[in-house]
Amino acid sequence: MAQPILSLRSINKSFGPVHVLRDVNLDVYPGEVTALVGDNGAGKSTLIKCIAGIYTPDSGQYLFDNNEVQVHGPRDATALGIEVVYQDLALCDNLDIVHNMFLGREQKKGMVLDESAMEVMARKTLDGLSVRTVKSIRQTVSSLSGGQRQTVAIARAVLWNNKVVILDEPTAALGVSQTEQVLHLVRRLADSGIGVILISHNLNDVFEVADNIAALYLGQMAAQVRKADVTSNQVIELITTGKSAGVASIGANS
Amino acid sequence: MSTEVEVTVHPLKGAAQDYWSRIKSGDIGALPAVLGLLVLCAVFSVMQDSFLTPGNFANLLTQAAAVIVIAMGLVFVLLLGEIDLSAGYSSGVCGAVLVILVTNHNFKWWIAFPISIVVGIALGLFIGWLVSFLGIPSFVVTLATFLAFQGLLLLLAGEGGTIRMEDPTVLSVENSNMNVSISWIFYIACGAMYVLSGLRRVYARRKVGLKTELMQLWVLKTVGLLGVTGIAVYALNLERSNNPQLVSLKGIPYVVPVILFLLVIGTFVLNRTAFGRHLYAVGGNAEAARRSGINVKWVRISAFIICSALSAVAGLIFASRQNSVSPTTGGSSTLLYAVGAAVIGGTSLFGGKGKMRDAILGGLVVAVIDNGMGLLGYAAGIKFIVTGLVLLISASVDAISRKGGGS
Repeated sequence: MAQPILSLRSINKSFGPVHVLRDVNLDVYPGEVTALVGDNGAGKSTLIKCIAGIYTPDSGQYLFDNNEVQVHGPRDATALGIEVVYQDLALCDNLDIVHNMFLGREQKKGMVLDESAMEVMARKTLDGLSVRTVKSIRQTVSSLSGGQRQTVAIARAVLWNNKVVILDEPTAALGVSQTEQVLHLVRRLADSGIGVILISHNLNDVFEVADNIAALYLGQMAAQVRKADVTSNQVIELITTGKSAGVASIGANS
Repeated sequence: MSTEVEVTVHPLKGAAQDYWSRIKSGDIGALPAVLGLLVLCAVFSVMQDSFLTPGNFANLLTQAAAVIVIAMGLVFVLLLGEIDLSAGYSSGVCGAVLVILVTNHNFKWWIAFPISIVVGIALGLFIGWLVSFLGIPSFVVTLATFLAFQGLLLLLAGEGGTIRMEDPTVLSVENSNMNVSISWIFYIACGAMYVLSGLRRVYARRKVGLKTELMQLWVLKTVGLLGVTGIAVYALNLERSNNPQLVSLKGIPYVVPVILFLLVIGTFVLNRTAFGRHLYAVGGNAEAARRSGINVKWVRISAFIICSALSAVAGLIFASRQNSVSPTTGGSSTLLYAVGAAVIGGTSLFGGKGKMRDAILGGLVVAVIDNGMGLLGYAAGIKFIVTGLVLLISASVDAISRKGGGS
């Protein structure tokens, strides 16, 4: 198997007396979808915030491309090529699709925004993801459907040739066909060589697109397993009890 | 890979349909202000003969100027969903600084004016810092500075005191006009620049194969704008003195190019620079902006700084118009007229939506009400009530269109 692009080793994180993450290990492989599952309060959000640099872990190793790195803020994570698509998408409704995709990283000619270059690049990225549902990329985001917004947020994440893209419950608020579209998009992301972390409560989604599954239980990594090696029931067991008989963990969790 | 995206039947009809659906979805733009302006002008010219005269038109522009400039500054703050209630008195304080330096200390205007702008920047920095770093709602901060700046102005002017402004350059801003030929040259130059920049944009987009605005539509808009402004310039170039033998009064008031300059610079900053884009982003979704790596605090502070710096420009216009600065300069209804101007023009009180031109359109609406009702002999009380109502109507339009936008 390929080397993981991102590895976490023995990550600990506490908030005051609450020990949220205990010795968590996680491996993310390029070209694969790693599903991160776990019950509410298991530590999924804290874990991705540690990856994204929003929280700094109390202890543990953060390896990127086999090199230990220090991530002290969102900018550090962005500089590594890690991009998070949050559940609330963090889009500005009053701006159009191109503006949103380039928000905070506008292309400039001198001090003037290079709108044409941005529009061309945005178009290319959306075409690369085979997105055909958006009529005009100059319409404001407020006029888009939930699935289209998710698409814009994901397209923004891949615009910069990122290596790891974290998707926080991308299908939570979507209808059936839009969920299907977004899952296809997730698959295409991985197929293009990006390491995708997919956080989801929906095991159907997880089994549809994931290559491997990491289950958190009360702040500990219960197991990270290949999808082919487990059944849905075993994953539910991992989520609810933290262990399941006959599950072979991969990576550092074995 | 140019797939045929050409519109099928009537291109202009398609554009009109697009526009109509935008309006229905709550994106009404400048429509209410333009319609309001037309209706008001029509009503006042029917009711009062002296309304639609070149003299009154020029008067209207000079009356509106200070409020328009303050409103331009407020657009930056309103874009963030914040407010600066003290912008009126900021202009008073900065105007007082200017006048004191020029009159009492014999500074040249071109030294005193930058100093007054620096004072404005300092005031804006103070407000912005309190809002941004201490997290006090801007409403409260600027309510406090509203009172404090009023006090500062009182101290600067001396109680009951009025400081006269005698510098000819400052006075000419509101009281003198370009001569007729210069006015036309100015109009032609501005028009040419407008047309050229529009064409350049179209060709830059064509060059990289992007869809451009419909050419017919662009021509229509440009011709319309140039036509209306051409008529305005023509009207301003008519003799408007009661006694032309004694003193001739014609041409564009100098304050007009000042406002146009601010309009161009402000529009450039808002539309063409990353900073402007960040202003819209913070106003639209501050959390999204923060996560995109935008320095939200700095954007906030700079909006307040720009607002107060533009207030300083308004301070000069006040000093020029009143020939002096008094403890009421920038006080009474100034600020509310300025906020009204921005909102009537189409700037949203909820942040994220607004343009420089809103300040001008809305400022003209406010000035027309003020001017027209004054000519009709209504009491100041009635004028305030009507202006208040117009502000309420535009704020309702803003709130309702926001709902219609369905976000």
